[in-house]
Amino acid sequence: MTTPKVHHYEYDVVIVGAGGAGMRAAIEAGPHAKTAVISKLFPTRSHTGAAQGGMAAALANVEEDNWEWHTFDTVKGGDYLVDQDAAEILAKESVQAVIDLENMGLPFNRTPDGKIDQRRFGGHTRDHGKAPVRRSCYSADRTGHMILQTLYQNCVKLGIEFYNEFYVLDLVMNTVDGVERPSAVVAYELATGEIHVFQGKSIVFATGGFGKIFKTTSNAHTLTGDGVGIIWRKGLPLEDMEFYQFHPTGLAGLGILLSEAARGEGGILRNSSGERFMERYAPTIKDLAPRDMVARAMANEVREGRGAGPNKDYVLLDLTHLPPAVIDEKLPDITEFARTYLGVEPYTEPVPVFPTAHYAMGGIPTNVKAEVLRDNTTVVPGLYAAGECACVSVHGANRLGTNSLLDINVFGKRAGIYAVEYAKTAKHVPVPENAVDEVLALIERVRNSKGTEKVATLRKELQETMDKNVQVYRTEDSINESLDKITELRERYNHIAIQDLGQRFNTDLLEAIELGFLLDLAEVTAYTSRERRESRGGHFREDFDTRNDEKFMVHSMAYKTGENPKAGEDIKLGWKPVTITNYPPMERKY
Amino acid sequence: MATATANPAGKASAFEEMGAVPSFQVTLFVRRFDPESGEEAKWEDFDVQVHGTDRVLDALHKIKWEQDGSLTFRRSCAHGVCGSDAMRINGRNRLACKTLIKDLDITQPIYVEPIKGLTVEKDLIVDMNPFYEAYRDIKPFLIASDKPEKERLQSSVERARFEDTTKCILCAACTTSCPVFWTDGQYFGPAAIVNAHRFIFDSRDEGAELRLDILNDKEGVWRCRTTFNCTEACPRGIEVTRAIAEVKQAILRGRP
Repeated sequence: MTTPKVHHYEYDVVIVGAGGAGMRAAIEAGPHAKTAVISKLFPTRSHTGAAQGGMAAALANVEEDNWEWHTFDTVKGGDYLVDQDAAEILAKESVQAVIDLENMGLPFNRTPDGKIDQRRFGGHTRDHGKAPVRRSCYSADRTGHMILQTLYQNCVKLGIEFYNEFYVLDLVMNTVDGVERPSAVVAYELATGEIHVFQGKSIVFATGGFGKIFKTTSNAHTLTGDGVGIIWRKGLPLEDMEFYQFHPTGLAGLGILLSEAARGEGGILRNSSGERFMERYAPTIKDLAPRDMVARAMANEVREGRGAGPNKDYVLLDLTHLPPAVIDEKLPDITEFARTYLGVEPYTEPVPVFPTAHYAMGGIPTNVKAEVLRDNTTVVPGLYAAGECACVSVHGANRLGTNSLLDINVFGKRAGIYAVEYAKTAKHVPVPENAVDEVLALIERVRNSKGTEKVATLRKELQETMDKNVQVYRTEDSINESLDKITELRERYNHIAIQDLGQRFNTDLLEAIELGFLLDLAEVTAYTSRERRESRGGHFREDFDTRNDEKFMVHSMAYKTGENPKAGEDIKLGWKPVTITNYPPMERKY
Repeated sequence: MATATANPAGKASAFEEMGAVPSFQVTLFVRRFDPESGEEAKWEDFDVQVHGTDRVLDALHKIKWEQDGSLTFRRSCAHGVCGSDAMRINGRNRLACKTLIKDLDITQPIYVEPIKGLTVEKDLIVDMNPFYEAYRDIKPFLIASDKPEKERLQSSVERARFEDTTKCILCAACTTSCPVFWTDGQYFGPAAIVNAHRFIFDSRDEGAELRLDILNDKEGVWRCRTTFNCTEACPRGIEVTRAIAEVKQAILRGRP
């Protein structure tokens, strides 16, 4: 077997991932430090572009609003697991984040007097829950597309250096002055199969989520959690991994996202008898309750036999009472999805929907400067994370809609600023001699594996067990079933075979490597879900169906402790206090 | 307000009918090219069992995941917003993830090949760099000298002027459907012009003159022969030919 060619580069700031957070960081870093952005996709293919409904900011352009109300909503929406100091920053800096984007050229929808228009979204309220408030700044139902395009456009303007279709597979750490620090990342180039080592004084992870651990998901095929998985394999902790958001309105059977903006604009969820069932679950704000509550309500309607359709396995999103002109202006893309993929005409027919795996609240723990933590408090100097891969934690146990486009802009920007600040005084950490060995070994192991198992089969079985056992409703038994399955799949993963043995554009090889990350992250998600024996936000345990603040008003911190074939046996779990500033935990009612 | 008078759930939706479509078998002829084999590109056929709601991308995945792992193509979001999987399907440029198999003539084989006019790298993957370079050449970013403290104001009418061209996802379906682009790889192509249009007609932008000058080049808008292939190919429904015509008129006027 020939050893692939290895290339070396030296940068001040190395950013992994070219979605919203990565490019927002690059825009801050590029003008002040030698910066590279490394991405498995061409930047505008990143999944930020699939976000639809909007970006929250208390601009108060259309009605009274302020950042304190936004902070409260974020904390309550996250079922009090939010770090309140971080939520304050998110809400306070949201206004500037939106202005930044407008100034960069983003074409927001406008009010009659030419300001940025705003609309309602789940969980965002006036005066601490009194009524829905118009806080979401938007561009039709393609706000994420516009953000991604605008950020890329500004990266082009600034001449940011991109390495596209480069898969980062490892983070190289080295100990200097008795402290373990990041030195470089190692990437595999899709086009050639060659290896590239990017040394950076600061390294920023902005690698997005890992929705592909589930079968029904709004996430892209490429969202396999490589970045989060790399951090995990380094022995660094992952925070709050049990909190995974299921978006209420995925197209039934397909999981394709239909924005909450559909309900923000007046859409109504109905069961088989046409009942607006959310009135029973959230009497005050009904269909605009936070996503975890709506998703559970939908799943419950189906479980209790009130689902629609021949198999009674979905509910209906009714837009038929909205004027077609409003639908065309405010919700053009999602209504086209319904037409294209389900053959349903939303002007006249309700759209079949069911919850779809959407967003990881948990991830790589950071402080409010986007610095990665190696335990509850200690910073890994020079290592940063932002966006969905990170856990600051501004989303707590359940993220509010429009807070993720906000998160990537606020904390992406912060990551860029602080990465530059650090790089200005820091030295490069030497790259060890054996820096590429782990990646070379990983590639060779997959390439030379002579088993009979197929990657696609194992992935499908993993996704099915996660959908069945670790979804909207969970129990100790269901979670253990998934952990046993993961143990089995890990064993079988040792006996895979790939068919493409070439060097160029070998996506067969990369899918096998990605599956390794999926198995790791599914394991952590299932394990932490088992250990949190309470229900909070997006994590609902039928065997512990209430929130238990006495025991679990803490973040989970999971660490990989070595190799053990049995899933869960190689994990050490710690807990980290929640930062509370102004809002003591209260019962969460809407 | 609560429970509306109509009972929309009572209706049998088109979706239910689709769900009732049993799975069926189709044959795909896929254009294969392995740069490491030294062999010429060739057609290879695969039989695939698909469902009523399956798209061409699902069929390609079934081939890759069940029959031949070496089949290579780009894809990501799988619902028509990331622009990764533009390809030629039965002779027309489309996104594989937006083309439902049941909407094609399934009594005949489905032909899938790479988009034309860009160098094929492997199977359905082409070298997109010339396409991206043309995009970058038209200065695809807001050029504005003011430094506002808050948002710039823009009326809904002003915004509507360029709304259509903001939808572009850089999939290259338009540019690689253009006969001029096939024969002259130097032509900027529809996608670059669409993205220039997006800024030329933005009331906040001051770079129109610069971009109009770039597109007045011999490889610029005047190469367009108004064949409308681009408009038909656009998976986002952008009126590409119209955008090009508007840029031509702006050049003649000397302003947007």
